[in-house]
Amino acid sequence: MSRLLLLGPAREAAGVRRAEFPGDTVADVIERAVERFGPTFAEIVALSHLWVNGDDAARDHVVGPSDEIAVVPPVSGG
Amino acid sequence: MDLNQASEWVVVTADSLRPDQVAGWVTRPDCGAVVTFCGTARANSTLEHEIIELEYDTDITLAETRIRAVTAVVRQNWPVVRAIAVHHRIGTVPVTDTAVVVAVSSPHRREAFEAAQFCIDAVKRTVPMWKREVWRGGSAWSAEAQDIVNVDDLIS
Repeated sequence: MSRLLLLGPAREAAGVRRAEFPGDTVADVIERAVERFGPTFAEIVALSHLWVNGDDAARDHVVGPSDEIAVVPPVSGG
Repeated sequence: MDLNQASEWVVVTADSLRPDQVAGWVTRPDCGAVVTFCGTARANSTLEHEIIELEYDTDITLAETRIRAVTAVVRQNWPVVRAIAVHHRIGTVPVTDTAVVVAVSSPHRREAFEAAQFCIDAVKRTVPMWKREVWRGGSAWSAEAQDIVNVDDLIS
């Protein structure tokens, strides 16, 4: 189980800012999230960086209950 | 005034920003230069609507952490810079209101200008912040979105 933080368009597509899903890797957790939140969310994830605890992480990065995965779409702030 | 006092002030808030207060905070007795940049919510857009307000979305903890990474790089590259403040507003920001303030102080103006310009450019490229444009009867994410990068990638 890992915590998921959904930002900007990813939050909007999912309808929630935070969620928890089971999985041993970033890819596992994201796959569960895509199953839950649907194709629009999947399209945004495909364009997004995935951070674990604030740093870029590969999809095969191993995660645990203390880790937070952030879905970070392209930015437009400032 | 103690020149070694806290020299960075990073805030991400839903409250209105106070550029005068931020500029005053970075002012130091040994600094002859204070450069303040204010980014304001603007009405024009790539869409054919009159924008009335912007909505900024982020995670405050994550955004403040990324801004502190920017100020750390500013210090490495402009070591004479004395104080740095970055305040970013989130939530609803009406057109003409200030959305972001960057203020930098240094003994002389050249470093203050350079550091302030790097700082705002880096904040826009590296901090997870999303802007939604709101008009009467609708809204959409800004079409200006670009891939987020790490601040170390901006140092050549």
